[in-house]
Amino acid sequence: MKHFGTPTKALVAALGLAAMTAPALAQQGLDEPFQKPFKEALAGKTVAYVPVAMNFDLTEGWYAGLKKELEPFGVKFVIRDANWNTNAGAQAVTSLISEKPAVIVVHNPDVQTYAKLLQRAENEGIYVIQINMGSAYRSSAFVGANWVEIGERQTEGVVKACEGKSNKIAIIQGALSAAASAYTLKGVENVLAKHPEIKVVSSQAADWDAAKAKAITQTVLKQNPDLCGIVGFWDGMDIGTAAAVKEAGLTGKVFVATSGGGERKGACELVKSGAFDLNMSYDVPTQAAQMAGTIKWLLSSGVKPGSVKGSEYTTLIPITKANADSQMACWNLSDLKK
Amino acid sequence: MKRIRFNQQEIVFAVFALLFMVFSIFLRGFLTPENMLTLLQNVSVLGILGLAMAIVVIGRGIDISLIAALAVPPGLVLQMVQNGHSMPASLLTALLLTIAFGLVNGWLIAYAEVPSLFATLATGLLLAGLGQAALFQLDVVQWSPGMDGFEKLGQGTILGIPTSIVMFAIACIVVAFLLRKTRWGAYIYAIGDNPFAARVTGIPSRPIIVLQYVITALIGCFAGLVMAASVNSMPTRIFNSTLIYDVILVVVLGGIGLSGGRGGVLNVVIGTLVIGTMLNGMTIMDISYAGQNLIKGVVLLLAVITDSFLNPRNEETAQQGDI
Repeated sequence: MKHFGTPTKALVAALGLAAMTAPALAQQGLDEPFQKPFKEALAGKTVAYVPVAMNFDLTEGWYAGLKKELEPFGVKFVIRDANWNTNAGAQAVTSLISEKPAVIVVHNPDVQTYAKLLQRAENEGIYVIQINMGSAYRSSAFVGANWVEIGERQTEGVVKACEGKSNKIAIIQGALSAAASAYTLKGVENVLAKHPEIKVVSSQAADWDAAKAKAITQTVLKQNPDLCGIVGFWDGMDIGTAAAVKEAGLTGKVFVATSGGGERKGACELVKSGAFDLNMSYDVPTQAAQMAGTIKWLLSSGVKPGSVKGSEYTTLIPITKANADSQMACWNLSDLKK
Repeated sequence: MKRIRFNQQEIVFAVFALLFMVFSIFLRGFLTPENMLTLLQNVSVLGILGLAMAIVVIGRGIDISLIAALAVPPGLVLQMVQNGHSMPASLLTALLLTIAFGLVNGWLIAYAEVPSLFATLATGLLLAGLGQAALFQLDVVQWSPGMDGFEKLGQGTILGIPTSIVMFAIACIVVAFLLRKTRWGAYIYAIGDNPFAARVTGIPSRPIIVLQYVITALIGCFAGLVMAASVNSMPTRIFNSTLIYDVILVVVLGGIGLSGGRGGVLNVVIGTLVIGTMLNGMTIMDISYAGQNLIKGVVLLLAVITDSFLNPRNEETAQQGDI
């Protein structure tokens, strides 16, 4: 303050200094110090993807979403399709451990088969991200649906629809050994424990098979034409459940709740047609984006594989007649692949 | 004292009658006309497949690729219509694919003399792989508006009887006619009974074997169309399921020996009824998945063990080349 006599003079001097330096700064730009190490951390790294099988909406959607987010950064994205064969999947993970990719994204057929292998992979310095169906081993990240919540919300929907009706419901389970089926059933049980008036007339496994689901539903509906709701465990299988309900002329009378990835043809279109009354979507593109985000963070953070463990349960979107028309409720696989 | 001898067909029929009686008495809601129709409807696709398998088994072969013929050509129809092709064009393409597939199977077995088990194991994988890699966008091919009207093949009723049962009945009549009333049918029995004798007597064995596999593939495709129409989609990965074992089970359980030359449509119907009755009864009783498998296994074992006690193998039957 001694050099400048008054505050006004000081201000003028400061402004003058700013006027002189600002154009210079704008021309040079300011280097953001973090993006270079980020790019270096990702470029040339390999991310391997082991789904239970390709060729269905969920796994194709995750694949397309991950590819879109990772490949622009120079990440090599490879796929090992287990094609519904648990042994082939275990072999794929085993050979990947020796190939040492930076990250393995794995979709478990059950909770046990891959558990030991995934632990070994992390010990070998590979990050493991588990998607939707987890294993008994907790790895760097689990990204997926909360099956217990899915079971609870589906059952709540069915219980509500049954109010003032027969209170008889049926449950169509998936494959018994799959985490998705067992955890969903737990959610169903949680809600039923609070509603003793609800009577479960049938609870059977259709093995993710639409034809089997149809056969079971047909028989159950013949025995209980006054059934008021069905809790199904996957929309791909429950096409059969819905076909049986439609054939019995009970569409609209029997409330069909199911869950799935939210692909337009498999979810919104079927809700609009009345086949499903409620489809809990776990929104595959968002899951893919969360996985990609996790991969970017892990690779750029430099944390040791296996030293951090976290979960990202994705937000569920209940699809009903009210939102089935909206652009946001469902996604198109063909668009995601573009 | 004359020893009473039963054949497997009679034993299985007895098992069926016993099961049916027990269920009728103890299971409320089992013996109603509606439930009987549901029972038949649930196994009609399995029954149609059983007829297809019966033809090759009578001719002393086996067709492991049958489920590929069930899944891929009908899946192609759904996919083509979804992509905007017309229904007749799609059906024709699928038909040609099925015939070509049957011809390849038949040629491999009749002319290249590859054992039917291995030939069809490989071709089935090939066709299913082709479907997955090149023909379908997704494993489950969805129904599209272009298919409207076609679902009547597997849904709804004709004169109060569910359509899929009517389709099974039609397939039974056609196959029974082919096997019993045509010269071609007689040749199949002759070839199945003793292929060398058949060839010596001047039967054109090789073309007949080719025809046999073509017809089997066509019936398989027909079963697939009924199934797709019934569930409003084609879950093509059914190829990886255990359905083929169920089909072989229906055939063998019904009394068509794997040694060839014996049996007919009635055997398939009986085998189908046993499986249908068991499945239906267990669903009504709400028996768990594991429990159902256990019971199925025990009943089938009992039927097979009883048969081998009553009809022990001798040198003659052992030489028939059982699988």
